[in-house]
Amino acid sequence: MTRWVMIADLRRCVGCQTCTAACKHTNATPPEVQWRRVLDMEVGEYPTVKRVFVPVGCVHCADPPCMHVCPSTATRQRADGIVTIDYDLCIGCGYCAVACPYQARYKTDTASFAYGDAPMENEAAAFDPGRLGVATKCTFCSDRVDAGLAKGLKPGVDPEATPACVNSCIASALHFGDKEDPESNVSKLLKENEHFRMHEELGTDPGFYYLWDKTVKEGYERGGGGT
Amino acid sequence: MSYGPKPWIQLHWDVRAALNFILGGTGGGFILFAAFVPAAPQPARIALLLGLALVATGLASVWMEIGRKLRAVHVFFNPFTSWMTRESFVAVLLFASGLAAAWFASAQLAALTAVVALAFVYCQARILRASKGIPAWREPTISWLIFWTAIAEGAGLFLIFSALAGMPVPTLVAGGLVLAVVARAVAWSVYSRRVEADLVPKARAAFEPAGKQLYQLGAIVPLALMLTGGAIESLATAAAALAGIAALGAGWRFKFVLVTRAAYNQGFALPRVPVRGR
Repeated sequence: MTRWVMIADLRRCVGCQTCTAACKHTNATPPEVQWRRVLDMEVGEYPTVKRVFVPVGCVHCADPPCMHVCPSTATRQRADGIVTIDYDLCIGCGYCAVACPYQARYKTDTASFAYGDAPMENEAAAFDPGRLGVATKCTFCSDRVDAGLAKGLKPGVDPEATPACVNSCIASALHFGDKEDPESNVSKLLKENEHFRMHEELGTDPGFYYLWDKTVKEGYERGGGGT
Repeated sequence: MSYGPKPWIQLHWDVRAALNFILGGTGGGFILFAAFVPAAPQPARIALLLGLALVATGLASVWMEIGRKLRAVHVFFNPFTSWMTRESFVAVLLFASGLAAAWFASAQLAALTAVVALAFVYCQARILRASKGIPAWREPTISWLIFWTAIAEGAGLFLIFSALAGMPVPTLVAGGLVLAVVARAVAWSVYSRRVEADLVPKARAAFEPAGKQLYQLGAIVPLALMLTGGAIESLATAAAALAGIAALGAGWRFKFVLVTRAAYNQGFALPRVPVRGR
């Protein structure tokens, strides 16, 4: 079995938003819709305040509440863990959006473009009226993953088969791969580093991991800066 | 430790969705009493149709909110896990049995309609409970709160209806109102204590006046009025109607706040911060 997951190394992310731009370019999302966002968070209390950049988006939960609540079966889950939306089935009720603990879903009822009412050439070329009035979210670039696999490429390793945000990351903070493969890039990263998943207590088994420190080896003490 | 960005209020469901919970709950509760209160055929028929009309208006209101209105029939596609689909199926049953009960003036069909109306209210409660993204909705005890709110509203509206129809105060409804407003106050007390820790201050602030009103206007005032009506016979009908208005108003305000004002998401949280420079 395959379980595609994404990893964000919080030590590496510099908040440049290149992943956000790459996602918008690849998926032609309208203004104010960011399937891949990077939060600029200030954490801690004076004098030990830290600034942390946190990539967020759909975490492709193994047990996705959005799919369970969807009345139209538009939201589904593939065998490889990717949660999808069928725009032709979705009725745009917004139930999935209030069920998502990650604020990853968007719904735009009218067409909007970066510069006024008229689309730019690239926006016009990528405009899909089927996405109006329905829920949308990060797809883990499933079309790129599928096309890459069809060519015998390895998602997470070969750029052509890897999500656009991961490809674009200037700091190698974002990674993508198969968590079920013990030899995959993501499995190794998870083994070598301390990690967590956001809102894990809700039991949705998210497929998005955050690295925050090296794994502590026996006999060594953890460095400062944790909670 | 403080983590940003802070939770913000959900904007996916607005007053149109709130109206579905408000009118659906009131209609469901009203049908329950309409089915069992002994009345002449004509008022009984009107009461049943009024309850159905309330539910229908709520559903029409939420239909106005969906992005693809002409695809609304797709709402029936996921009865296996979606409470919204289940609510839709139950609504079809409700209208079928309710209209048949009104047409044939059948007590058996009216009783069946009452059971289906309760199922409809239950589905609405579970719709909120399944919304994992909103701490104020996902608290399990919300089911009881929504259920008893619907019964209190239904009883309240029926007392108003009785007064307008010139009927004597139905004992069943009067008893139902007393039970429901007390149960609703208890349900609110349990719910608010359990959910408090998960709510951001703004959500708590939104709940505070509406919650107080569930106790004061929604429970104490109706109970006092029902006692007054019980003690002074000449005031019974008016007191019961006023008690109904109080119970109804408090419930409607609470549900409006629940859906549109206290529905903050939980934002983002980092249980760990990155350890850099090692």
